[in-house]
Amino acid sequence: MTERPLPTIYPETRHYWEGAAAGKLLLQYCLDCRKPYFPPRPFCPLCGGRSVEIVEASGRGRLYSYTISHLPTPGYVPPFVVAVVMLEEGVKMLTNIVDCPQEPEALSLDMPLEVTFEERGGLSIPQFRPARSMP
Amino acid sequence: MRRAAVAIVGAAETTQLGKVPGLSQVGLHADAALNALADCGLKPADIDGIATGGHDVAEINQYLGISPTWYDGTSVGGCSFIALVRHAAAAIEAGLCSVVLITHGESGRSNHRAHRPIMPSMQQQEFEAIYGPLSPPLRFTLPVLRKMKEDGLTEEQLAMVAVVQREWAAFHPRATARDPITVDDVLGSRMIAYPFRKLMCCLVSDGGGALVLTSADRAKDFPTRPVYLRGTGGEGAEGPMVSQMESFSSSKAFRVSGTLAFETAGISHADVDHLMIYDAFAHLPIYGLEDLGFVGRGEAGAFISDGYTRPGGPLPLNTNGGGLSYMHSGMYGMYALQEAVRQMRGISPAQVPGARISMVHGVGGMFSAAATVVLTNENTW
Repeated sequence: MTERPLPTIYPETRHYWEGAAAGKLLLQYCLDCRKPYFPPRPFCPLCGGRSVEIVEASGRGRLYSYTISHLPTPGYVPPFVVAVVMLEEGVKMLTNIVDCPQEPEALSLDMPLEVTFEERGGLSIPQFRPARSMP
Repeated sequence: MRRAAVAIVGAAETTQLGKVPGLSQVGLHADAALNALADCGLKPADIDGIATGGHDVAEINQYLGISPTWYDGTSVGGCSFIALVRHAAAAIEAGLCSVVLITHGESGRSNHRAHRPIMPSMQQQEFEAIYGPLSPPLRFTLPVLRKMKEDGLTEEQLAMVAVVQREWAAFHPRATARDPITVDDVLGSRMIAYPFRKLMCCLVSDGGGALVLTSADRAKDFPTRPVYLRGTGGEGAEGPMVSQMESFSSSKAFRVSGTLAFETAGISHADVDHLMIYDAFAHLPIYGLEDLGFVGRGEAGAFISDGYTRPGGPLPLNTNGGGLSYMHSGMYGMYALQEAVRQMRGISPAQVPGARISMVHGVGGMFSAAATVVLTNENTW
């Protein structure tokens, strides 16, 4: 089977992938707006300010929306779930849902999810699975 | 009283639509362009402004033998051509050029093209594509389950979008899919990306279209019935990462674009006789009707199911059958414009009797961008 796609990593995003390799889901946080944001960039998308810092997310969130792909996709066996998780911190991320049947009956919107990491081509890819303990 | 400033005087699609294996992408641009020029009696040498999306505008220019003083290559996906109409109007009004040719061609089915039409996005690749949503059916549909939960939209209502548009397509000899379908047909068709089934997804076609615009003062010099722009139209954008849409139940880009189009045209919703909303997938007319304000939030599914937009209904919508039934080359916006021009000229096979104002609203990318224009056959208002 063809390999799953790997991200092209840029200087402004390297910290995110280094964090993932250490088992951490990293966001950035604007010190002026006092809000986290994603995906990474060296300034706040709300105010344009450069006073930002890297913070670790709790890794907990809820299933915000999803689709189940029946289309052939490199590295994936259909049907597979493409989902958006709403993190506890209030930012959305695209993900797969792993360790879970890939069917609507197993996926209810707002169900609690937690981060896990998939090893892929020497990188750790953040993924989400049904939470094993309620937050 | 306001007078129209800019008119569409030439409009045409490619000679063939649907399966056109004998023409490449640049060839489809040119076939459509030559048809539109013939429509209004012009030659390439008469054109001093050239615009296209999803293809190098300079190549179209060279292929057609044009010497422009103005060009625009805005490429934000399928609504690029709708945005280019308002850009061209602004350029004509500013005196940057006098006759603009806007071309579209796409070998979506036969795939005779040099590159994909939408430019790659760095962050979409790094933070979305790695999870497998590599094609539009997986990206465009991603917000919809959320909207179904928040607004009560149902799978049957999504299916009805396809059913009603097929009714419109039946009027059009050039539509690809013209046979009637039922909700059961749609819900029984092959699953593509849950909850979207094949008949809720657009066709994949070859084709093209082109428009010729000039000042309203010159419009009377042409053999065609002029179609005027009313107001500036609108545009808006969020970006290529669908996961980062501000709301999954409503498109900010749609709202911004639509509000501008209504305000600058000085019209209310009741003034719109004919409406085109870009439908790459069945949910887009639903988002469009709500975000343009024709109905309240969460009401569009029932509005379509109850027959308000079908033939004979009070708000004729996507009267060519849309991307779901007419054709969809990949960047469908040009075909929505073409049907609106036919309606304003009074020559659509699905003609809305007495229609005076048509609104065309399009999406670019996967909820990435939006553009809206208001067309009319009246030169004063």
